[in-house]
Amino acid sequence: MLWVGWKKKIFNIFAIVGLSFLLSACKILVLQPEGLVAKAQRTLIITSFVLMLCIVIPVMIAIVVFAIKYHVSNKDREYLPEWSESYSIECFTWGVPILIITVLAILSGYFTYRYEPSKSLPILRADEKSLQIDAIALEWKWLFIYPEYGIATINEIYAPTGQQVFMQLTAESVMNAFWVPQLGTVIYAMPQMNAKLHLFSEKNGSFIGMPAHYSGEGFSGMGFKWYSVSRDAFENWVARVRQSSLKLDRSTYVALTRKSKRNSVLYFSGINKDLYYRVVNRCVLAGSKCNEDLMRLAAGKSLWGRICSVFDDGVNSE
Amino acid sequence: MFGRLTDPTAGVLFALQNEPIVLFTVLILLGVTALVLAVLTFFGLWKTFWCNWITTVDHKRIGIMYVILALIMLIRGFADAIMMRVHQAMALGSEHAGYLSPDHYNQIFTAHGTIMIFFMATPFLFGFFNYVIPLQLGARDVAFPFLNNLGFWITCAGALLINISLGLGNFARVGWLAYPPLSELTGSPDTGVDYYLWSLQLSGIATTMGAINFIATIIKMRAPGMSMMKMPIFCWTALVTNILILAIYPVLAATFLLLASDRYLGMHFFTNDGSGNPMVYVNYIWMFGHPEVYVLILPAFGILSEVIPTFSSKRLFGYTSMVWATIVILILSFLVWVHHFFTMGGGVTVNTFFSVATMIIAVPTGVKIFNWLFTMYKGRIRFDLPMLWCLGMMFTFVGGGLAGVMLSLPAADWQFHNSLFLVAHFHHTIIGGVVFGYLAGFVYWFPKAFGLKLNRVLGLISFFGWFFGFYLSFFPLYILGLMGASRRLQYYMEPSWQPLFIVAMIGAFVIAIGILCMALQVLIVIWYGVKYKGNLPVQKNDPWGDTRTLEWSISSPPPAYNFANIPQVKTRDAYWNMKEEGYVRQTKNFTKIHMPSNTSAGFWTGMLSLVVGFGLVWHIWWLVIISFISAILVIILYSFFGDNSGYYLSAEYVQKTEDHFSACLESEGIRL
Repeated sequence: MLWVGWKKKIFNIFAIVGLSFLLSACKILVLQPEGLVAKAQRTLIITSFVLMLCIVIPVMIAIVVFAIKYHVSNKDREYLPEWSESYSIECFTWGVPILIITVLAILSGYFTYRYEPSKSLPILRADEKSLQIDAIALEWKWLFIYPEYGIATINEIYAPTGQQVFMQLTAESVMNAFWVPQLGTVIYAMPQMNAKLHLFSEKNGSFIGMPAHYSGEGFSGMGFKWYSVSRDAFENWVARVRQSSLKLDRSTYVALTRKSKRNSVLYFSGINKDLYYRVVNRCVLAGSKCNEDLMRLAAGKSLWGRICSVFDDGVNSE
Repeated sequence: MFGRLTDPTAGVLFALQNEPIVLFTVLILLGVTALVLAVLTFFGLWKTFWCNWITTVDHKRIGIMYVILALIMLIRGFADAIMMRVHQAMALGSEHAGYLSPDHYNQIFTAHGTIMIFFMATPFLFGFFNYVIPLQLGARDVAFPFLNNLGFWITCAGALLINISLGLGNFARVGWLAYPPLSELTGSPDTGVDYYLWSLQLSGIATTMGAINFIATIIKMRAPGMSMMKMPIFCWTALVTNILILAIYPVLAATFLLLASDRYLGMHFFTNDGSGNPMVYVNYIWMFGHPEVYVLILPAFGILSEVIPTFSSKRLFGYTSMVWATIVILILSFLVWVHHFFTMGGGVTVNTFFSVATMIIAVPTGVKIFNWLFTMYKGRIRFDLPMLWCLGMMFTFVGGGLAGVMLSLPAADWQFHNSLFLVAHFHHTIIGGVVFGYLAGFVYWFPKAFGLKLNRVLGLISFFGWFFGFYLSFFPLYILGLMGASRRLQYYMEPSWQPLFIVAMIGAFVIAIGILCMALQVLIVIWYGVKYKGNLPVQKNDPWGDTRTLEWSISSPPPAYNFANIPQVKTRDAYWNMKEEGYVRQTKNFTKIHMPSNTSAGFWTGMLSLVVGFGLVWHIWWLVIISFISAILVIILYSFFGDNSGYYLSAEYVQKTEDHFSACLESEGIRL
């Protein structure tokens, strides 16, 4: 009786596993991109996969075929115990991998250059404006600041479809990485660093965002959503955020840096303009000196710093 | 007085009190240890154990001890792995969905990575170096026998320290490379990271000692006539591996010392404040970490280059190519570390340079695969167990290489980075390459060490368990990575991921069958050992047939002095050549042989360094000072006042031992 029950259970498990396989087949996000960058990346992934298969599949077949064909039981096969060198074969074994690697290296260089995350995307005209979002990885949530709109959110991004998004990323304490698989390109959010990323969504939809670098106990709960919407819907959403009574100033930010797991979405209707700069330069707390100033001070005191100051762009110097 | 042990906030017994799994494991471990001690006492084996094993400087016995350590740690690391797979198969929806708390889960994946690399793979490869290199070179021991013994016991101390963290305090929750600032005091104030730092520091010191030893051995102790280009390929890969170790382990030691000074002395190398920079650590650790994967894989390549010619009854194809491929890998492995963080925003030039350097490494690796393939070509292949492991390795490893080349393209890596795709890739190369390769070596040299082969049926089950289990548990991870799953997730929100995690779990259980059969194989041999009361009978030299290198020209197990007469080498594949030229074994007129004397200094230094590590973890400063000074003193006393003049095995003893071997050969009808 018990066994019958178990049999049913086991059958159910297999049925569920099988069925979900079929369902999950249509959820391979990296291969179903909705953004410009991710689409290029899919092309690159598939091209490199196929190129490599050209060499890997014949090798795999050869391993099996040689193992069977030259098995000791096939006595009539030719046997050359002393044969160990062949100039032409060695040219082939060094040549073919070099050839494939050359093609891949060119591909790699091209894509690395074209989709460099810190540069504006290649298809856009220079006059097209991008939407800026500053992301801060906290323990354990994402803070997204929209400096141009004076708003901020926790764990939620809205962006207009068809407009380039320019992101700056940093972390308060522990590093993390920002990943929206359907839009492409993971970039680290590192403390004291300001990493830049350009993304472009081509289609309306809600995309899952993942934390892609382990950051401690609450790491798994750092998932977020990226909503790619029409311009109107975006403006509506901005208006909705603006209704929030919360303001993101330095003291609210300090409260946010306290560790918390699985945060729900939160809106801030006002922001401190220089907050992101202060987070990167670690001078959010009143009275603390910003890293950039400290460095300039230190550079001014040393000969090496003074020599290197010829490379300063002059924008920030007093 | 007792540092943090008496500090209520340090949570000394927290895990034992709150995690039934930990309590259960610790009780079992204590039970097994007690049982082993009881058996040793009951059968009065303490003296044998002390004289023949603990204090031994014989490279063969030290090699066996290294492999035993590696196998025990393999089981520990695998237990961690299967716990993770079961947990992730359940962990849909919330932190409490699986059966492990985030704290425990994070400790487990850190321990899994650390143990598998530093306490499974590294001792395993030193086991091979120890056992095989002197025999292949035609030497009687390694260059520095005491250093060898010392290195083993310090490795052992590291392994013990990392396992003490199971019961006392906790282990790190930072991932196997412990990126700051998570691993700084701000991120991990308790004992976990300290256990990590000091156990790896001990293992690193021991590994460096081993590298010095083997470089000296290979350079200076080759048999007369064996020029570098006549060395067996395994010795070549071992030489290159040890050069790599010597270059990178000091980097690891320095990095860990800097991190430790942040944690212990309030310095600011990698902290967020005080002008520290965590990213510097990431660069340092990967300057160590990337060559380290070549440290693991090169010996596996060497093993394949020995096994495949033997079971194809044919010369290795392209010896010179193999040597150069190995050297090219040595050089290139230092130029690729940045590919571990293409996502740092390094810019076009940096990313492209490291991308191309990484891809170029695929060339010499590909050459090796082709060379094995052409070694099989027009050979007479036998499917003995070692050859099966090699075929499995070749077949699987090319797939891992494929994923590796895909990951080396920065623009593609930006989608794979730290996803389960990456996890699947490096397990593909490490299980498919390193583990399969090492197990091929294990099965291949086992009869040399013990005189009998491992059970074939169990071996077949073990091989197919590992082989299919691997594909079943890691192919779902490739897909999961493409579906957007990052690594190290304690739970996830996507229901569509769960079936794949379940398949991966089933795969882990299939691998478990493979490991179980391996354990049974070894148990059978232990039973055989018990039957002969530890004095294994001498068996014929060449159990596989058509072997090619010098270790197969002497009895199995080899006598303490290895070679009664140091052989004269004329060509590559020295033993094969000797057989062809109709070499006649000398059976009379032996001379006395000088042997190094045993010493307990290595054991005591090792145990004292364990105490140093323990004291550092728990901040018991007086203990640290006393044990550190004693450890140094033991070595000084041993060096200046110890009995290290060695002793002679008399000509009669050698004659008697060789007569035994002659009798064995005669009964088998072998002329040698």
